[in-house]
Amino acid sequence: MSLNRRTFLQMSALLSGGLALNLYDLPVAVAQSGRPAPPDISPRAFVHIASDGTITIMAKNPEIGQGVKTMLPMIIADELDVAWSTVHVQQAELDESLYGAQFAGGSMATPLNWDPLRRVGAACRQVLITAAAKRWNVPESECTTSLNKVLHGTSKRSLSYGELAADAAKLTPPPLASVKLKDPKDYHIIGKSHTGVDTRSISTGKPLFGIDFTTPGMLQAVIQKCPVFGGKVKSFNQAEIEKLPGVRHVLVLAGSLSTDPVVSSDPGMEPGIAIVADTWWQAQSARSKLKVDWDFGPGVTQSSEAIAKRAAELFQAPPANTIHATGNVDAALHSAAKTVEATYTYPFIAHATLEPMDTTASWKDGKIEIWTTSQAPGNGRKMVAKELNISPDDITIHLTRTGGGFGRRLANEYMVEAAYLTKQVGAPVKILWSREDDFTHDDYRPGGFHAFKAGLDAHGKLTAWRQHFITYGVDAHYASGAGMGGNEFPSGRIADYGLYSTAMPLYLRTGPLRAPGSNTLAFVGQSFLDEVAHAAGRDPVEFQLELLRSTDGKPNRLHDVLAKVAERSNWAKRSTTPGRGMGIACYASHLGFFAEVADVTVDAKNQIKVNHVWVVGDIGRQVINPAAADNMVYGSIVDGLSQMAQEITLDQGRVQQTNFPDHPVLHMRQTPVIDSYFLITDNPPTGLGEPALPPILPAVANAVFAATGKRIRTLPLARSGFSFA
Amino acid sequence: MPPQKLTINNTVHTVDADPDTPLLWILRDILDLKGTKYGCGVGYCGACTILIAGEPARACQTLLSDVGTDPVTTIEGLSTDGTHPVQVAWQEVDVPQCGYCQAGQIMAATALLASNPHPTDADIDAHMSSNICRCGTYTRIREAIHHAAASTSTK
Repeated sequence: MSLNRRTFLQMSALLSGGLALNLYDLPVAVAQSGRPAPPDISPRAFVHIASDGTITIMAKNPEIGQGVKTMLPMIIADELDVAWSTVHVQQAELDESLYGAQFAGGSMATPLNWDPLRRVGAACRQVLITAAAKRWNVPESECTTSLNKVLHGTSKRSLSYGELAADAAKLTPPPLASVKLKDPKDYHIIGKSHTGVDTRSISTGKPLFGIDFTTPGMLQAVIQKCPVFGGKVKSFNQAEIEKLPGVRHVLVLAGSLSTDPVVSSDPGMEPGIAIVADTWWQAQSARSKLKVDWDFGPGVTQSSEAIAKRAAELFQAPPANTIHATGNVDAALHSAAKTVEATYTYPFIAHATLEPMDTTASWKDGKIEIWTTSQAPGNGRKMVAKELNISPDDITIHLTRTGGGFGRRLANEYMVEAAYLTKQVGAPVKILWSREDDFTHDDYRPGGFHAFKAGLDAHGKLTAWRQHFITYGVDAHYASGAGMGGNEFPSGRIADYGLYSTAMPLYLRTGPLRAPGSNTLAFVGQSFLDEVAHAAGRDPVEFQLELLRSTDGKPNRLHDVLAKVAERSNWAKRSTTPGRGMGIACYASHLGFFAEVADVTVDAKNQIKVNHVWVVGDIGRQVINPAAADNMVYGSIVDGLSQMAQEITLDQGRVQQTNFPDHPVLHMRQTPVIDSYFLITDNPPTGLGEPALPPILPAVANAVFAATGKRIRTLPLARSGFSFA
Repeated sequence: MPPQKLTINNTVHTVDADPDTPLLWILRDILDLKGTKYGCGVGYCGACTILIAGEPARACQTLLSDVGTDPVTTIEGLSTDGTHPVQVAWQEVDVPQCGYCQAGQIMAATALLASNPHPTDADIDAHMSSNICRCGTYTRIREAIHHAAASTSTK
């Protein structure tokens, strides 16, 4: 099996609830071996050259705002040697036999496609050279290319790619592993900023998104689900609803939830009542007239208050599981010159993509056609096949542009809902969740609780680290997104280390949210490390650089970005005015290495103004689309700051936050000046969807401490007595 | 209620729908003007921002019966080819990530520039903070508004 296929299977494991941290080691290991695995993809599928010279390049992955619809075709176009202005980009359908794995997740588009797509472009270029050499009856070695043309040097002849298209189409492309790739100094598209291929259409309001899709005869549906996850319909006023204007069908969904003890991030269709009408507003209006008697099921006894109380009890008991332990942490803590203890907490939060969950499906003659916003449509196809009991080959999936993913659309239950409904009602159906549906039936980023104890020797050196993580699951089988690996910093850097967990049961969907795991673990780990540095009477940067300094002579990437951000933010000469402070943090996730400094002002009412943020990232030797890369960094900072003020709470099993005012996104006036800088290192290029996010939370929390002497150990900010100004 | 006449992007449409229907869904599902987006349905996020008689309004909170004879401008009404100065600025700065909120942002920015052709950062922040961008493109939105202000002043 190829790299793509193998990795995709691991990705599937990640999505279905496992925390496959090893996933992220694989592409780098392969890339660094210098022997790229032959990609399991078909070069011709990606590039279409018309006789008039029009170049069409397929964009293989779902576009959720991370810029892959532009960036991945840029990679092909550069090696194909065409002018970017002549390229028309087209979104590919889901066909993993042609394109390899097609998903948006794990910041994997760059590491998985950087090598294969350059080879696709180079193979197609090679076919054009072969076609020209045959036409001229000259050796291929005498031919070269320059921007949409093949040239024959000695005779000064040239043929455009359009003129060669028909001949080239009859040739077989060379094996991808055999093609010669460009010297990076010759890149003319890669490394230059290119405007998003859909930017013009976005700015004119063209119907690009899943919600915009329409097809003749299409009906629109809403589904009223139980306010408690998994609850079922006992009875409701069906006859009354059926008579309302525009309503065509009212169906009870029994649902098809899996019954695993640990709820999956994508457990299948929830039970509910589907209202299918001529227009969405008619369906939504009819829903407001529903009177439902629910069987709330087992989730109804849950509350955030009880969960927090239980976590406090579990901290008093010995941990149930050892995630990773070396040396003897308890003995080392006992003999330490000084110890530091703290408990950190963060809440559940929602993804809240601005475009709610939606999909259109059309059932006809035993086959189904789907237009969806999924991030992992391959998994969706499997779920639809199972639900409708049809072959995956009878399912055609079109990928629309998507109004935000953040991990939410790695789940596919809305796709199954649309597929189920079109088959039931015999007409095309668009399912569109309301904003309230989206907030109350998410696969939430799980909350968690961490008790830390660290030991310092008489010289202020870190000697011991104990961490007890209270999370959700059954034994060591964690809820999706609620686990952690054993290599969490400072694991491996001190002799006496112990990381333990205790899981408590949860009957609620959880799942990966942008930088899953990292978006919380960076906050707790880097905040506590800052506490320890202060307790040791040492500068937080110097303290952490010492821990990170490599012992084998090779560069340590996290060390280097941390040193760089300290330099760029003028850390050593930071102001010490009361009420103003700077905080620093670093974190490696999703193959990227990021360090960030936040400069904040805190007023007398504990309102935080984040003035300035410096970001230094190491994503390898090549930033493919620099302006888009900066935009991802800006977005990661805003998203991370937003996360600091958000929470989802449960009362009697019901999610209490139903719309944006209850779970705010940062506003423009709260957005800091952001300085984005990439440290170029000789490593394979990696992705940017996620790794810039995690360090901003602890950087701000540490800055608030510098400004006020008060520690933010509990998120959201409001539960620590703070807010954003 | 008899069919209503709406003036949208300088075209008069006759709409036969429940007068309590939000203008958002008239635009999207009856008139097939899909640029105006549904985000929150409670008038908070700004994804459905349009202009009514030149003033920014939330299409999700404006009932069909409330529109009357006031002219409505949607993103499609600025220009369909992307040549309106605010649309041009959005392209030059390459503002969007997912792009879903941007029609609302562009309409809000258009209203700002109509009343304040040379806004400061503080003016922009004050006016634009009622539109959310879930992807966090605020830095670029601010930059694009300055671009649009500069380009219109030189013409």
